[in-house]
Amino acid sequence: MPTIKSIEDLKRIREEAQKIREMRDQTDKVQIVVGMGTVGIAAGARETLKAILGFIEKNHLADVILRQTGNMGLEGQDPVVQVFLPNQEKVTYGKVTPAVALKIMEEHIVKGNVVLENKIEA
Amino acid sequence: MRELSLHILDIAENSISAGATQIEITVIEDLLQDELWITVQDNGRGMDAEMVKRVIDPFVTSRTTRKVGLGIPLLKDAAEACNGFFTIDSEIGKGTTIRTKFQHSHIDRMPLGDLAETFLTLLIGTPEVHWIFTYKVNDQAFLVDDQEIKEVLNGISLTDSRVIEYLNHLFREGIAETKESAVKQGALYANH
Repeated sequence: MPTIKSIEDLKRIREEAQKIREMRDQTDKVQIVVGMGTVGIAAGARETLKAILGFIEKNHLADVILRQTGNMGLEGQDPVVQVFLPNQEKVTYGKVTPAVALKIMEEHIVKGNVVLENKIEA
Repeated sequence: MRELSLHILDIAENSISAGATQIEITVIEDLLQDELWITVQDNGRGMDAEMVKRVIDPFVTSRTTRKVGLGIPLLKDAAEACNGFFTIDSEIGKGTTIRTKFQHSHIDRMPLGDLAETFLTLLIGTPEVHWIFTYKVNDQAFLVDDQEIKEVLNGISLTDSRVIEYLNHLFREGIAETKESAVKQGALYANH
């Protein structure tokens, strides 16, 4: 496996990313938030976040912002993930295993269809 | 929680909630002394003595002004069950330092688990914090101070797919190589 961790590699990545960024509208950002309170972590939130990162990396998604936050106060629903699409109401998902996370990425983030089975009111 | 790296994530989450702008996480596997150390140091708003007590044993007092999870008492119990200890040093306005030690070879010690994923989650998930990660095995050290990375990126998102790939390699290879070279240097772990 070729190593790609020198600071020179990172500079090259920046140059490429800057070129692409200049061509794109900055307001079209998708934001995904994963709840990382104690209960969320114990329920597997780190693996959920890992699955989302893996999807972004593999599918070369651009303009997705992934964040973590503390306890979201939705007892019994962890891991919890919230999706904010531009000009749309936020959607909150409960019991987001890595497999569910991949489904949300594929269906909601890429195609724009809410995954109703895991949608919860928040 | 069955991995120490998940506990580290949980403690760092407390630091973020406390408004820290700089968080330093140090994990040391000292195979010669048979010790495993974890330190999380933040510059958040800190706690008074009463609150520290409450965080360590949430059932001691009835005051519930701030919600704190059970992660800390669980980690303390785990350390003490492995001939180790757990301390909190905190000062209002200055920050909090949590230190815990385990007997490395203790049969009940949780595995360290996926430390690379914990570091990656924290760095990407909370980019506004200045993160300093250190992983040390005996005298071999791997250190990531994220300032250099963020300066080079100059505003490019940490969730850019190529940046994720870069950071994944950086943490995974850095941690694996650190452990390997410590073992190669002949510091074999006799008790394991």
